[in-house]
Amino acid sequence: MSWTREKMCERASKELEDGFYVNLGIGMPTLVANYISEKNNVTLQSENGMLGMGPFPKKGEEDPDLINAGKQTITSLPDSSFFSSADSFSMIRGGHIDLSILGAMQVSESGDLANWMIPGKMVKGMGGAMDLVAGVKKVLVLMDHNAKDGSPKIVNKCSLPLTGKEVVDLIITNLGVFEVDKGIKVLEIAPDITKQELINNTEADLVFS
Amino acid sequence: MNDKTFKKVYKEAKEALEGVLFDGMVVMSGGFGLCGLPENLILALRDSRVKNLTVISNNAGTEGQGLGLLLETKQIKKAISSYVGENKLFEKQYLSGEIELEFNPQGTLAERVRAGGAGIPAFFTATGVGTLVSEDKTHQSFKGKEYIMETGLTADLSIVKAWKGDKSGNLIYRKTARNFNPVMATAGKVTIAEVEELCEVGELDPDYIHTPGIYVNRILEGKDYSKAIENLTLSEE
Repeated sequence: MSWTREKMCERASKELEDGFYVNLGIGMPTLVANYISEKNNVTLQSENGMLGMGPFPKKGEEDPDLINAGKQTITSLPDSSFFSSADSFSMIRGGHIDLSILGAMQVSESGDLANWMIPGKMVKGMGGAMDLVAGVKKVLVLMDHNAKDGSPKIVNKCSLPLTGKEVVDLIITNLGVFEVDKGIKVLEIAPDITKQELINNTEADLVFS
Repeated sequence: MNDKTFKKVYKEAKEALEGVLFDGMVVMSGGFGLCGLPENLILALRDSRVKNLTVISNNAGTEGQGLGLLLETKQIKKAISSYVGENKLFEKQYLSGEIELEFNPQGTLAERVRAGGAGIPAFFTATGVGTLVSEDKTHQSFKGKEYIMETGLTADLSIVKAWKGDKSGNLIYRKTARNFNPVMATAGKVTIAEVEELCEVGELDPDYIHTPGIYVNRILEGKDYSKAIENLTLSEE
């Protein structure tokens, strides 16, 4: 049985170490915040200019001046700070953020990431994704193992335009956990998924330990 | 009271834009999505009918909101942005070739504006190396790592929004409505700030000023802020 989105997010949350400063991308990565325990002492960064992102507000307490990078209303915490976009990306580009979790369309065996553009379709823009993958210490991709049409998303070489070259460190999918280190190493497999199923659903060569 | 401070103060946005607009000009606008937008100045820019604008802003607004207002009147020739996902009208004008679009990674855009305002013509960054963004750009290796050169950005006019300002142009922003506003304030040949509350000189604590008044040429107290929320998300309880 493959992992649910909840299981994937819970597994991703285990990569958040005590004291980490973390940036969560839009979509599924945002949900990882639900699994951060208070004793973990993790600080969430939002690239529009905030450290110490709190939970979503209660009805009536929303503030239009307080949003995250997905333009969702959020709240602040006692240790929060606000800063400009330039300062925000200084801490991202300067390697001060410990972990970035984002979604992907494709990841190659050398850790190339494609997640911002499909040629021929309207391009919305890369936002802060290129800066995050180039600057953050560790990049975790959280994605479905296969595209909606069933095609593998862990590939030999990305066919889509890149967001970053050799930037991905860890991949968590509904089928397993994979480390990118001179190839794709299988660290964990979802319950009742066989090695053969994993191989059949992956284009890149897998290294089993 | 010092006379020079009052020369910066304008009653309304239309008046504040007088004498600075021309067709084909480059305009920077602060804001992230619909948060921290100079709403009054954008409306006045629309009403001025100035055209063929190059607009530098993180987003292109939504339909009927923010810079989306300048799309309806076809005043924008080119946009330099990092993300334009929420705007169907932008998409339509882009696909029909009416509007030119230059995507910059968000941090590169912020740093290009910061550099422009700080008199730095270019800088090197690892952001975008090996991607479409790096095409035709100068590459250089430092300590064994590859970087690309990006140039600084300035504008003929920067419009920014702050929470409080004083009559000498000192600005204080509120929460995440700060975003691109402070860097854009530094990079305009002319910078006009609109604030929710215009204070007398001396009312704001100098230790808490985010944008020093030197960067602000004109200032006005805005009115009727819509402060629209793009993506209202509430906790479940």
